Amino acid sequence: MAKYLLLKHYRGGPRPHPNAEASMEQWTPEEITAHIDFMNRVADDLRERGEFVDAQALAPEGEFVRYGGEGRPPVTDGPFAETKDLIAGWMIIDVDSKERAHEAAAYLSSAPGQGGKPLHEWIEVRPFHGGPPVVE
Amino acid sequence: MITPRLLRELAPQVLGVLVRRGADFATAEDAVQEALVEAVRRDAAPDDPKAWLITVAWRRFLDMRRSASARAMREVTVTSRPPAGPTEQTDDTLLLLSRCCHPDLTPASAIALTLRAVGGLTTAQIARAFLVPEATMAQRISRAKRTLGGARFQRPGEVGAVLRVLYLMFDNGFAGARDRGDGIGDTDLAAEAIRLTRQLAAAEPGDPEIAGLLALMLLHHARRAARFDAAGDLVPLPRQDRSRWDTDMIAEGVEVLQHALARDRLGEYQAQAAIAALHDDAPTAEETDWPQILEWYDELVRLTPGNPVVALNRAVAVGHVDGPLVGLRLVEELDPGLPRRDAVAAYLEERAGNHAAAARRYAVAAETAASVAERAHLLKQAARLNRPAH
Repeated sequence: MAKYLLLKHYRGGPRPHPNAEASMEQWTPEEITAHIDFMNRVADDLRERGEFVDAQALAPEGEFVRYGGEGRPPVTDGPFAETKDLIAGWMIIDVDSKERAHEAAAYLSSAPGQGGKPLHEWIEVRPFHGGPPVVE
Repeated sequence: MITPRLLRELAPQVLGVLVRRGADFATAEDAVQEALVEAVRRDAAPDDPKAWLITVAWRRFLDMRRSASARAMREVTVTSRPPAGPTEQTDDTLLLLSRCCHPDLTPASAIALTLRAVGGLTTAQIARAFLVPEATMAQRISRAKRTLGGARFQRPGEVGAVLRVLYLMFDNGFAGARDRGDGIGDTDLAAEAIRLTRQLAAAEPGDPEIAGLLALMLLHHARRAARFDAAGDLVPLPRQDRSRWDTDMIAEGVEVLQHALARDRLGEYQAQAAIAALHDDAPTAEETDWPQILEWYDELVRLTPGNPVVALNRAVAVGHVDGPLVGLRLVEELDPGLPRRDAVAAYLEERAGNHAAAARRYAVAAETAASVAERAHLLKQAARLNRPAH
């Protein structure tokens, strides 16, 4: 088993599929509900398969923060530039193979968007570091 | 109340009794879990806790079968009288392990099911060991049991799949217990794998590969304290402080291995254990008996033809016996995607005196390291070699 982070982006990543071009505020309320219901269903399915670890959504606002030096306040940079790659949320899964992680990401990416059509949005899939094997 | 330790010991024995009486594994496992819950609720311990648990679990099993039958509108086929079976003193370890390690299950599911049904751990403990929520682990275990419901059972004599699952439990065991050190990782999978393999070896004393696997585990586990330094960094075998190795455990591993080898039925676990024993036997890394290790790798290649991991490790031994450049040539023939291939190549390049090439390959190896500790170790190797010599 290996853990994977499935990242959903507000912005960034490769060129979006035509179905994923319109931002959510251009959808109907029903379409948004259907989209969120689908996301919850994906999480439930992963739970039922014994693969779910965690899921969280992130607010689009925020800023960069760094150490400002001894005795100084933290330095901030924000709000984020329009061109910045922006993460919308994540799901962590624990699965048997990379293929299965891709399958789960594709399922997530099939969430309905405008007109109930699958969004085909890009999901970033990142493996976790595990522990070193014992037998050298 | 019956103590948790005793419950943990009795749970697999009770499950074994139910399965031998003809109960299907999945329902029996549920019934035992319910009996355990009932035992914990009781104020006083019964006189004979095992007999009490068997009675309660069997009753729960019958209830479950009846309600399942009622749902399916089928005849109730189980009588309430326990059928006569072999003596309840029989050791059911192999019987239960061969159920839990059925080849239809993925290794991760088999490990989880084994830890609960034979290891006697709670779902919460297993979930913590795998760093997943308890609900997820509960689902994983019940899915595994559903898979078993439709599976054909191999004869308990076929131990290959069982040994593989125990090996994986051991080899992956370090992560959960070690990486955090926050007291949460109370389930030490490597120690658990040793305990189960020890139990299996005691139940099946005639099988040299079971003994071989036990020896392999002991001979690696003995180096455990030396595998990480005080800062938590991974220390590779040649640089380990050998005074921190557990000599009692090494002695036990060697003895188990010698008995196994005396049966003259060599297998891959015995060969791997022999290699580990030769490493453990060397007072310093320089005194390692590489020619003999290479002979064992040749045996291992014969036993597991085409295994790329064996070929990679053999290249290290060749590098020590015939020279690093000969070892390197063997490494270059292997699939570039093979894990640790660049790390081994870097090690051999450094031994050949090609420090720049070694640094480059350590850096490449760090990119594909499987763990944080390995990555940090490989980056430091690259950094060390990149520093101009004083």
